[in-house]
Amino acid sequence: MHKARRNPANLIAMHGILILYTCIALFPVFVILINSFKTRKAIFREPLALPGADSFSLIGYETVLRQGDFFGYFQNSMIVTVCSLFFILLFGAMAAFALAEYRFRGNTLMGLYLALGIMIPIRIGTVAILELMVSTGLVNTLMALILVYTAQGLPLAVFILSEFMRGVSDDLKNAGRIDGLSEYMIFFRLALPLVRPALATVAVFNMIPIWNDLWFPLILAPAESTKTLTLGSQVFIGQFVTDWNAVLSALSMAILPVLILYVIFSRQLIRGITSGAVK
Amino acid sequence: MTALNLSNICKSFGKVEVLRDISLTVEEGEFVVFVGPSGCGKSTLLRVIAGLEDATAGTVEIAGERVNDVPPAKRGIAMVFQTYALYPHLTVRGNMALGLKQEGQAKDVIEARIAEAARMLHLEPYLERRPAELSGGQRQRVAIGRAVVREPELFLFDEPLSNLDAALRMNTRIEIADLHRKLGATMIYVTHDQIEAMTLADRIVVLRNGIVEQVGSPMELYNDPVNRFVAGFLGAPSMNFLPGHVLGKAAEEAGIRPENLRIEESGQLAAEVTHVEHLGGDTNVLVRIESGEILTLRLFGQHAHAVGDSVQVGFDERDVYLFDKDGARLR
Repeated sequence: MHKARRNPANLIAMHGILILYTCIALFPVFVILINSFKTRKAIFREPLALPGADSFSLIGYETVLRQGDFFGYFQNSMIVTVCSLFFILLFGAMAAFALAEYRFRGNTLMGLYLALGIMIPIRIGTVAILELMVSTGLVNTLMALILVYTAQGLPLAVFILSEFMRGVSDDLKNAGRIDGLSEYMIFFRLALPLVRPALATVAVFNMIPIWNDLWFPLILAPAESTKTLTLGSQVFIGQFVTDWNAVLSALSMAILPVLILYVIFSRQLIRGITSGAVK
Repeated sequence: MTALNLSNICKSFGKVEVLRDISLTVEEGEFVVFVGPSGCGKSTLLRVIAGLEDATAGTVEIAGERVNDVPPAKRGIAMVFQTYALYPHLTVRGNMALGLKQEGQAKDVIEARIAEAARMLHLEPYLERRPAELSGGQRQRVAIGRAVVREPELFLFDEPLSNLDAALRMNTRIEIADLHRKLGATMIYVTHDQIEAMTLADRIVVLRNGIVEQVGSPMELYNDPVNRFVAGFLGAPSMNFLPGHVLGKAAEEAGIRPENLRIEESGQLAAEVTHVEHLGGDTNVLVRIESGEILTLRLFGQHAHAVGDSVQVGFDERDVYLFDKDGARLR
């Protein structure tokens, strides 16, 4: 291990591969970003060229900001994503804690039942979900989306978190019990801080699909006031004409908040991955 | 006064019986050690006393009160864990204060008790540090401090020294003994290490497979074990066991402690030295006798025996323990 690390040839090869992969992964994002600052003609003439003096244009951003309530969409996406993540992490961690901590009849069965959702895509139930939302009057509310995304994210969250919850020292929890902490306090004050890296992992896994989802916003909340960013951007994509400037600008702006959330979580993520290794 | 009274405690996990009909009384101020091999149920018994596990049957009384249905925090106990179990996000002071805060003690009482415990355990310089910034020995002292500040009726120790290295283990052992003398509190201590049991205990409870094998002072148990298990468990190196007929006895098995064997011209057993351990103060000599058994001798001082030497091993008849085929002691 140490020898491999010091060997310069290996070092170069390793970094070469990583840099190459980074370039491949970032290339589409890069293309979207540069083209969002170009005129329509320039986009089609030379898609890979950087915006120059004559091709530079902010027309895309102007269109996006002028047409439709872009900040409203933005806000909707943010509310839906953050609330869903909050509920997924809260309820997922609670279920995981119960599964890991308490002995009760059917514990294993309950764990399997909760994990079943990983294998069954929630979209199969779209019609039933829509009927449910109609009869409860939740159609065209952000609540409908939050509920669906929470349900969608819980199985994986419970699965991952219960593994980590099992790793929390029993002695620590028992010490809390002897010191008079309630089970809720043990959960919130002792267990949760210790599984923070796992929480960050679950958050990252769930955040991006929720932010990017088009399916459920389109079906459950297509009203102007509840449109999410992804759905809002669709107005620029027509059957015959697509306003590429606007689409690319909308996408560029949509990257930002996810990026910020990711940076917040990823510090925990990396800490979680390395915490076991460097003890 | 009776500090702890266990009567007919049973505990099963599903079909597995971990504790079977355990009854025990601990007097106030006593230091009682539960000792036994791993899996004998000693930790489970401690957890039943603490209230972390419910007994399947039987009653637990602490200071004369039945506490079966009382939560751990209200039983008047404090516990020290093998893994220290300090709250990682709190400072040493915070760790010690948490239990008292939960009890609703006044701030000045909390401060005074922490100051006293820190002085007693030499933790004053570390009060504002977090557990991650402390060494193993310091962490264990904090864990002990966290128990001391609660001024409990009953201290419970769950293998507190197992995670410490040998030198530190001895120091901490002495500190715990000191603490017991200073506080005069009742302590129950679980360990698999018979040296800890022998050195700390007023009374030792030897457990095996969920039942109490024998209860008594360390020397009672050492000199007068009721069965082969207790005889073999206490003492290091452990007792030598031979088929009875080798020593000319009618019993199934005969046992003799390593320090009761000696090498002398007139010894009863002819043997060949197979291994020698020079410890400086002691010398452990392993010999093979004619019938093929290996015996361990513990000789005081330094002796120049070499592997392959032929020797005669001698012993006194009164030092031989006899056991029947179920391991019970024959007297």
